[in-house]
Amino acid sequence: MLLVYIEVREGKIKKASLETLSEGKRLADEMNMETAAVFVGSALDGLASEAFSFGAGKVYILDNSLLSQYSPSGYTEALFSLTEEIKPKILLMAATAMGRDLAPRLAAKLDVSLASDCTQVKVNNGELEVVRPLFAGKALASFRFKSSPVMATLRPNVFPLAEKTEGTGETIKKEVDVGDDKVKDRVAEVVRAEGNELDISEAEIIISGGRGMKGPENFDMLRELSGILPNAAVGASRAAVDAEWIDHQNQVGQTGKTVSPDLYMAFGISGAIQHLAGMTSSKFIVAVNKDPDAPIFKIADFGVIGDLFKIIPPLQEELKKVVEE
Amino acid sequence: MNIFVFVKRVPDTESKIRIDREHNTVIEEELNFVLSPYDEYAVEEALRVREAAGGKVTVFSIGPDEAKVTLKKALAMGADEAVLIKDDAPEAYDGLRIAKIISRLIKDKYPDYDLLLFGKQSVGADNSQVPAMVAEILALPQVNVVTKLDIDDNQGTAIREIEGAAEKVSFPLPAVISAQKGLNEPRYETLKGIMMAKRKEIPLISLQDLGLTEEELLPQLELIKMDNPPAREAGKVIEEEPEEAAKKLVEFLHKEAKVI
Ligand SMILES: Cc1cc2nc3c(=O)[nH]c(=O)nc-3n(C[C@H](O)[C@H](O)[C@H](O)COP(=O)(O)OP(=O)(O)OC[C@H]3O[C@@H](n4cnc5c(N)ncnc54)[C@H](O)[C@@H]3O)c2cc1C
Ligand SMILES: Cc1cc2nc3c(=O)[nH]c(=O)nc-3n(C[C@H](O)[C@H](O)[C@H](O)COP(=O)(O)OP(=O)(O)OC[C@H]3O[C@@H](n4cnc5c(N)ncnc54)[C@H](O)[C@@H]3O)c2cc1C
Repeated sequence: MLLVYIEVREGKIKKASLETLSEGKRLADEMNMETAAVFVGSALDGLASEAFSFGAGKVYILDNSLLSQYSPSGYTEALFSLTEEIKPKILLMAATAMGRDLAPRLAAKLDVSLASDCTQVKVNNGELEVVRPLFAGKALASFRFKSSPVMATLRPNVFPLAEKTEGTGETIKKEVDVGDDKVKDRVAEVVRAEGNELDISEAEIIISGGRGMKGPENFDMLRELSGILPNAAVGASRAAVDAEWIDHQNQVGQTGKTVSPDLYMAFGISGAIQHLAGMTSSKFIVAVNKDPDAPIFKIADFGVIGDLFKIIPPLQEELKKVVEE
Repeated sequence: MNIFVFVKRVPDTESKIRIDREHNTVIEEELNFVLSPYDEYAVEEALRVREAAGGKVTVFSIGPDEAKVTLKKALAMGADEAVLIKDDAPEAYDGLRIAKIISRLIKDKYPDYDLLLFGKQSVGADNSQVPAMVAEILALPQVNVVTKLDIDDNQGTAIREIEGAAEKVSFPLPAVISAQKGLNEPRYETLKGIMMAKRKEIPLISLQDLGLTEEELLPQLELIKMDNPPAREAGKVIEEEPEEAAKKLVEFLHKEAKVI
C-alpha cells in the first residue's frame, strides 16, 4: 500500500497534499499497489470525499481531541500506530511547513531514512526513485531507498493535480491513543500574518522586488500587480529583506525559500547566485532591470531593459485589460 | 542552563557547485567552507539564553578535522566549549545517520542538558531532518523554524514560521529548537574571542568511542546520480519605450507563458 498523509489547515485540505496524493496514485497504479490517505486531528468528518476524488481507495481518520491542534510528537505517535498496523510500503507527505516538521520525526520513529523535498518521483524496475535538489537547486541528486517503508516528502507546486473523479471508498475512523505526555509540543495558537497574504511557497505567480525598488513604500506597486493576477504573491531578494522593506517570509533564495511557480517576475533584482538558486526552477521567468548586463537576464525567458518605475504603471494597465477579457 | 548547539560545516552560498560525475560527489577543491548560516542563528540564540539565564554553551559538529574551523568560529562568537565528533564518511545526505550519532553522543556522553539548538536546515543538503529526528530518538518536544524564543526556568515559548502565518508553542525543557532567519542578528567575533578560540582545545570523539558500528550507520538512501540542473537559456530581451515594453511583456505572459 502507498499511504499519503493529508494535511488540514483551518478545516481545509492543503492543495500540496492533494498534489502529493495525485502523484502517489499515479505511482501506486504503476506499481500495482493500493492508494490510501490518512488524516490526523479531530472533527475531520466530511473531508474524506475529497481524498477519494483525488485517487485514494481508502481513507484513515485518526481522531483524538488532543490532536485538534498540530503537535509533532502527537501526530508522529498517531501515524506510527497506523503504520505499525497497516504496514504501508511507501509513505508520502507534502513538503509543507508541517510536512517538513513531521516527516523526519516519523521517519526516526520508524527508523528509516527520508528523502526531503523531492521534485521528481519515478518507478524504476519496480523500485521508487526520487530526484531532489541540493544546494537550493545548484545540483540535482537521484536517490534509491534501502530502508522500508520508503519515505519521501514532495515539494509543493511541482506535481500536477489529477483530474477530480467521482471516486468513493472505505473510510476507517480510529480513535488513537495519544496521552498528554505525547503532546508537549502542541501548538497553542496560530498567529495569522498581516494582510493574510498568500505564502510564496504556495503561489503560482510570484512578483519579486529587489534593491532596485528603492524603498518599502514601492512594494505596494508589486502588491497591486499581484492583486490583479490569480494566486499571486509578492517575493523579494535578500537585499530588500535585509533593508527591512519586506518580511523575511518573502525572501527567495538559498537562505530564503526555494520556489517553483508558473511565473516569476523579478523587478530590480540583479540575479546573484544565491537568489538564482531559489528560483531557477520556475516555469517562466521575467526580469525588469535597467542594467543590460544584470545576470538575471541570462536566465530570464523574457527581459525588459528599463526603469521599473516607468514600466510598472503601463504594465498594470495592460494586465488589467487582458485579465478582464 | 546547559545548552548544546549542533553546527555543520558547509560550502558557502557563493559557491558554484561542480560535480564529480564518476563518484557522484561534489568537488570540494576550491570550495570555501563556512558555518551553515542557520547554525549561526542557533549559536547566537544560545549565547543570548546564557546571557539571560546563566549557564554554559557547548557546540558540537560531526565531520572531518576541517570542521574544527567551524567550531572555532562558534567559540570566537562566545561559546564556552566545542567538541568534534570525527567522522570522515563522505556526504550521504542522510539525516538519520547524523541524528543517530548525535543522539548516541547525548545519551552516552552528555546526558545533562536543558536545550538542544540546531539550524532549521543545513545549507546544501537542505534536508531539515536532523533536529526532528534527534527529538524523536530522545523523546523530546520539538519546535522547528523558530523566529522567536523565550526561556523561563523550565519552560519555553517559541514562535515557529508556517505558510503565511506563525504558530506559538509552549513547551517544557529539555527541548529541541531549530533556528530560522529572523530569530536574531548574529554577533561578529571579537578579536579577544578569536584569540581565546585559537587557544581552546577541541576534544575529539570517534564513532568507535560512541560504540557505533559502520553497519548501524550505513546510509539508507543510496545516491545513484548527481548532476547540475539543465541550464536555462536566456530568452528574449527587449529595450523599448515603457508603453511598448509593457504591451510586449503582457503579450508574452498571455500567449507564450499562458499564465493569464
Ligand atoms: C550567506 C548569504 C546568503 C544569501 N542568501 C540570499 C538569498 O537567499 N536570496 C537573495 O536574494 N540573496 C541572498 N544573498 C545576497 C546576494 O548575494 C545579493 O546580495 C542579493 O541577492 C542582491 O539583491 P538585489 O538583486 O535586490 O540587489 P542588487 O544586487 O543591488 O541589485 C539591484 C538591481 O536593481 C537594478 N535597478 C536599480 N534601480 C532600478 C530601476 N529603477 N529600474 C530597474 N532596475 C533597477 C540594478 O540594475 C540592479 O541590477 C545571500 C548572501 C549571502 C552572503
Ligand atoms: C559538500 C559537503 C561535504 C560534506 N562532507 C562531509 C564529510 O566529509 N563528513 C561528514 O560527516 N559530513 C559531511 N557533510 C555533512 C553531513 O553529511 C550532513 O551532516 C548530513 O547530510 C546530515 O545533515 P543534513 O544536511 O541533512 O541536516 P539538516 O537536517 O538539513 O540540518 C539541520 C541542522 O542539523 C544540524 N546538523 C546537521 N548536520 C550536522 C553535523 N554534521 N554536525 C552537527 N550538526 C549537524 C545543524 O544544526 C543543522 O543546521 C558534508 C556536507 C556537504 C554539503
